[in-house]
Amino acid sequence: MKILYFAWVRERIGLEAEEVDPPASVRTVAELAAFLKERGEGYAHAFENPGVVRAALDRKHARPDTPLGAAREVAFFPPMTGG
Amino acid sequence: MFTVRIQAETFDAAGEIAALVQGRTDVGAVVTFTGLCRDDVASDGARLVALTLEHYPGMAEEEIGRLVEEARTRWPLTGATVIHRFGRMTPGDTIVLVVTASSHRTAAFEAAEFLMDWLKTRAPFWKLEERDEAHSWVAAKDTDDTAAERWG
Repeated sequence: MKILYFAWVRERIGLEAEEVDPPASVRTVAELAAFLKERGEGYAHAFENPGVVRAALDRKHARPDTPLGAAREVAFFPPMTGG
Repeated sequence: MFTVRIQAETFDAAGEIAALVQGRTDVGAVVTFTGLCRDDVASDGARLVALTLEHYPGMAEEEIGRLVEEARTRWPLTGATVIHRFGRMTPGDTIVLVVTASSHRTAAFEAAEFLMDWLKTRAPFWKLEERDEAHSWVAAKDTDDTAAERWG
């Protein structure tokens, strides 16, 4: 799946986007965040407080317990501050 | 007409109002909200130089489109236009425009406020502040969540 990062999540990880193939045991948004957190220092920093980081599946807001299902694009980002 | 645009360039509020009423006689009220980048001095005296708005291309349009659809289920709107800019803005620059049109003012006022409240907490945009030499991401405000939640 394609994973996108925005704002300080992007800065901490040092990537705008990447292709990731998580194991089958990763079924939800929270499990994907926990899996990514182990990929390195930047990821650990980005996901140090997983309750803060928001996610979207195929461009729709998702909750930590939302199943990844067949999502092709997953995004992680801080709480939004537009407007 | 219902329109959502995400763009770098500024917008013409008068032109957007005209587009919502042109050729129609059923519009009795148009409400316009414009959000701007304002001057700000932090408690340590650091003055805001600029805001850079980052967004999630694709989702930004789609999410605001879903908010407009939600507003249409709640109020009898004849039209609405939402424009959100991205890129670097300095104090005085426009950031966001919401225009709502309806036969009656209550619907137009309420829908405009609803759209702004929900846009602030759901539209995927992030503000990076430049204050003198320092850069920092703006933190989300609990008051924005409270404003959005009151709509149920």
